[in-house]
Amino acid sequence: MSLDSNDVRKIAHLARLQINDADIPEYAENLSNILDLVDQMQAVDTAAVEPMANPLDAFQRLRADEVTEADQRDHLQTVAPAVEQGLFQVPKVIE
Amino acid sequence: MEWEAVIGLEIHAQLATKSKIFSGASTAFGAEPNTQACAVDLALPGTLPVFNAEALRMAVMFGLAVDAEIGHRSVFDRKNYFYPDLPKGYQTSQLFYPIVGPGHIDIELADGTHKRVGVTRAHLEEDAGKSLHDAFPEMTGIDLNRAGTPLLEIVSEPDMRSAEEAVAYVRKVHAIVTTLGICDGDMSQGSFRCDCNVSVRPKGQSEFGTRTEIKNINSFRFIEKAIKGEIERQIDLIEDGGRVIQATRLYDADKDETRSMRTKEEANDYRYFPCPDLLPIVIDQAYVESVRHSLPELPDARHARFMEEYGLGDYDASVLSAYRDTADYFETVAKAVNDGKLAANWVMGELSKFLNSNNLEIKESPVSAQALGELLARLKDDTINGKAAKQVFEAMWNGEGSADAIIEAKGLKQVTDTGALEAMVDEVISKATPQVEQYKAAEPEKRGKMLGFFMGQVMKASKGTANPGQVNKMLKHKLDALCD
Repeated sequence: MSLDSNDVRKIAHLARLQINDADIPEYAENLSNILDLVDQMQAVDTAAVEPMANPLDAFQRLRADEVTEADQRDHLQTVAPAVEQGLFQVPKVIE
Repeated sequence: MEWEAVIGLEIHAQLATKSKIFSGASTAFGAEPNTQACAVDLALPGTLPVFNAEALRMAVMFGLAVDAEIGHRSVFDRKNYFYPDLPKGYQTSQLFYPIVGPGHIDIELADGTHKRVGVTRAHLEEDAGKSLHDAFPEMTGIDLNRAGTPLLEIVSEPDMRSAEEAVAYVRKVHAIVTTLGICDGDMSQGSFRCDCNVSVRPKGQSEFGTRTEIKNINSFRFIEKAIKGEIERQIDLIEDGGRVIQATRLYDADKDETRSMRTKEEANDYRYFPCPDLLPIVIDQAYVESVRHSLPELPDARHARFMEEYGLGDYDASVLSAYRDTADYFETVAKAVNDGKLAANWVMGELSKFLNSNNLEIKESPVSAQALGELLARLKDDTINGKAAKQVFEAMWNGEGSADAIIEAKGLKQVTDTGALEAMVDEVISKATPQVEQYKAAEPEKRGKMLGFFMGQVMKASKGTANPGQVNKMLKHKLDALCD
């Protein structure tokens, strides 16, 4: 499977990565190589294998429905670049 | 050309857990911004989710209530997209192995027929935070209190063919989740939200037309209006030679129209994959059975029992069983007065009228179910007549006391003493010579209607306390005697 430059641009956009046009051919080749490897693996017969959701051979432990977290807003917001009236501030987003 | 609409619905019900789906932060509504957003909800590095057992139990309850398969093994997936109110950059959801598999819900249509609507699946996921775009001129404010609130997304098959069917389905789901107590059902606060997928096709065609998705609808009435409007818009568009573009549309209740929010061509590619932070959930049969035993009586079962046990008609039983609060209220009244039909008439009549005009929910009624039952018992044992009962009810609504106290204070006790009634009847007849002459001159079959005048006079003389049945008989007997 071979990716073209448009595929690379789309993948970069979905991941919100800024990339240089000059680097695109190299990315396209590297990513295509990875997909080729996946294609090779597709040849293995996995009909009898249950899809693996997690490499650990264990199941999810459950938590009792109790409120255990106290309000730590002031502490947690010390790492935010901008805060106003208790709200995190981000550049205006309008759809 | 005759058109047919095809409608499928996605309902998001916020589960009524105390804490979030993956953290121990509170889910209570209305707190100060970000005071209920802990390190896990903020996606700070090094934090890990731990799944809330109650969210699982509630999802299984819903699955059992709609007769669905419960997934023996269920997996959380990451739905990846970027938005500032989604701190992790993905929503933890379920795509491939949802908790609840195929089930169904029966809806009742206006003509009394029933229709079965398929429930494709219901899966657990987390809610996002809230973006406040208007709070600041240059910036968007983010409140993450809602981030991580458990949601059950209930996906229907595209089985509905009209806005009315869609609303009947939404009401039924609403009745189920509120009866189960797994969601408070408050649409105005966003606890119960509905997205509608709508398309049209020529009647008889089997393939679907291009669909649009309407978001942002926060009442039953708006669901109906939004779908009706969208169906008309699509038909007009096609008949004018255009084509429907697959898009997400927002409903604007003020203008009663939908407008395009984004077209699917530029829609997100969510790149789902299993969440490595959460292990698969295993649900064994013993657990499912224990949840099954904890289920309350569901609306359909209660509907059938109301008809059977209280002799109610289909319509009354369906109205009274749809909401747990209404159903509980009705049953308390019915037991107190030992008369289901009388209780039904008053709960759906006088009580509803007062609740509606005061914009109150039934659980906020100033007249408790027990108190209404006591009033109706006085009506049933002939202490008061129907007219007086309405007067007493109004006084009870205004907080003037118990039924018995009001009847006593206002002197509303019905006069059933034959001697006293007879005296009043004789008095009225003796004073109404012209009307008596008219009565005598009338054709016998027209006399029945003419009794009304005399009835009115006697009720007036008794200040509304005369027993109408007795007076009616007495008047007829005495007037007819004059005619012979």
